[in-house]
Amino acid sequence: MPALEFDINKIRNDFPTLKQQINANPLVYLDSAATTQKPQSVIDAINEFYTSQNANVHRGRHTLSERATSLYEQARDKTAKYFNVSSKEIVWTKGATEAINLVSNGLRSRFNQNDTIIISVLEHHANIVPWQVLSEQTGAKLLALPVNDDGTLNIKQCCDFIKQSKPSLFAITQASNMLGNITNLKPLITAAKEVNSLVLIDGAQGAMHLKPDLHNLNCDFYVCSSHKMLGPTGLGVLYGKYQELNSLDVYQTGGEMIDKVYLTHSTYRPAPAKFETGTPNISGVVGFSAALDYLNALQNEQLQKYEQKLFNYAAEKLVTIKGITIYSNLSDNIGTLSFNFKDEHPYDLATLLDGYGVAVRAGHHCTQPLMTHLGINGTLRASFCFYNTYEDVDIFINSLKECIALLD
Amino acid sequence: MTNTFKKTTESIEKASSWQQKYREIMLLGKTLPALPDALKTEGSLVPGCESKVWMFVEFDLKENTLVVIGDSDTRIVKGLLAIILSLYNGLTPEQVVKIDAYEEFDKLGLISHLSTSRGNGIKAMVDRIQTMAQQKIS
Repeated sequence: MPALEFDINKIRNDFPTLKQQINANPLVYLDSAATTQKPQSVIDAINEFYTSQNANVHRGRHTLSERATSLYEQARDKTAKYFNVSSKEIVWTKGATEAINLVSNGLRSRFNQNDTIIISVLEHHANIVPWQVLSEQTGAKLLALPVNDDGTLNIKQCCDFIKQSKPSLFAITQASNMLGNITNLKPLITAAKEVNSLVLIDGAQGAMHLKPDLHNLNCDFYVCSSHKMLGPTGLGVLYGKYQELNSLDVYQTGGEMIDKVYLTHSTYRPAPAKFETGTPNISGVVGFSAALDYLNALQNEQLQKYEQKLFNYAAEKLVTIKGITIYSNLSDNIGTLSFNFKDEHPYDLATLLDGYGVAVRAGHHCTQPLMTHLGINGTLRASFCFYNTYEDVDIFINSLKECIALLD
Repeated sequence: MTNTFKKTTESIEKASSWQQKYREIMLLGKTLPALPDALKTEGSLVPGCESKVWMFVEFDLKENTLVVIGDSDTRIVKGLLAIILSLYNGLTPEQVVKIDAYEEFDKLGLISHLSTSRGNGIKAMVDRIQTMAQQKIS
């Protein structure tokens, strides 16, 4: 697909889900941090796959199977190119969560009570619980990076903490799913590398908005989910520096990942094959491939510029509403506004906003430790994406004001 | 249907807009006495809800009637609780099983609040009331 000029009207037209009424109002979808909507090209690619291309991959010598395999492997190449890494460093998983579990399980036999794992209070539960389990199973120490009271990071303090703690593994998010705050990864990774730590980055929120150059970032592992970057659900990506990836123990075992199978033992194929047992989510991969085409055509630079302008516009309007507390950092943000109105429960405002066709999320957003850290029980979260418009923001703000009036 | 329920939900039925309907629900919630903190225990908390819902469902052994009390930290859920309470409180098990909360919520245009995806605890409360009434009869 050739590069496209950023034309919001054309873009809106590409997303059929957005063209509907909810409760007799036009849908204003502000829950893209939970999952993004899908462009028609992604829907068509999945439809086309099942209509005329369906076959299993890496198995048949027949034409259909070869075509399917080629589509499947092209998608891996495209993903590698998107992140500026090599194709053999890309593993398909069923989501970012499974990708983290694959790494935490793959390290288990190597970890013991002399090891230290560092995570942060900003993490999604998916980047906390697998490390807790690894720590319980191996005796490894689990530490939390110091985080400021407002959820931001003092980078110097964090780097000092990493260097003093000398972890074997450091896992952190690229952008908080609850706050949208972008982590300044480079100095943290440099600090971790100085003490020879492995580094895993949770890119579930950052992969689409920030399109990282993973070669340059120098992390060992990076995970993301297709459905948060315009692709279908049920597919995730694990990137691993080849040597680190290939040295992980196998996660699930069965067909396809094996080299030779004897009755008493088996040998495994090298990564990425050794982590991809069973028939994979082929249609998911084909859909994700179309999603990457769409994102590449849009160009990340244009996308970021638009998203930033839209986010600033929304933030400026939201702060003017009396009684609103915003928890998100407004200066380095992927486009997520987490907030509350006075001491009102977010459930009530989210329910009322739905009446106006405005879709936001309410709750703890799978970040209970962060909620505790901020001293709150939950927030309303409006998360923006490049397919949102200034009109969406206006409807959101006006509806919010009307919902607040209803509470009196 | 009990007169209490009719009286309780009259204003919701008459509401001319969805905004008015929610306003009435939230007003109903305000009429519900707050549960003392001592009763807001882990044991009375309905698990897995976005909103916190505490509930107690018991049968008055002497009268053989249902006693339901509850509270929530959100205005809307508390109002919905008030509707459930007015629907079932003081009824015998035989009367309870004959009253379908889903049907009544549907008539009030509130059926979506009993869906699983809402996760607001109201559905769990209704299910618990019905199960207890069934057990009492059999």
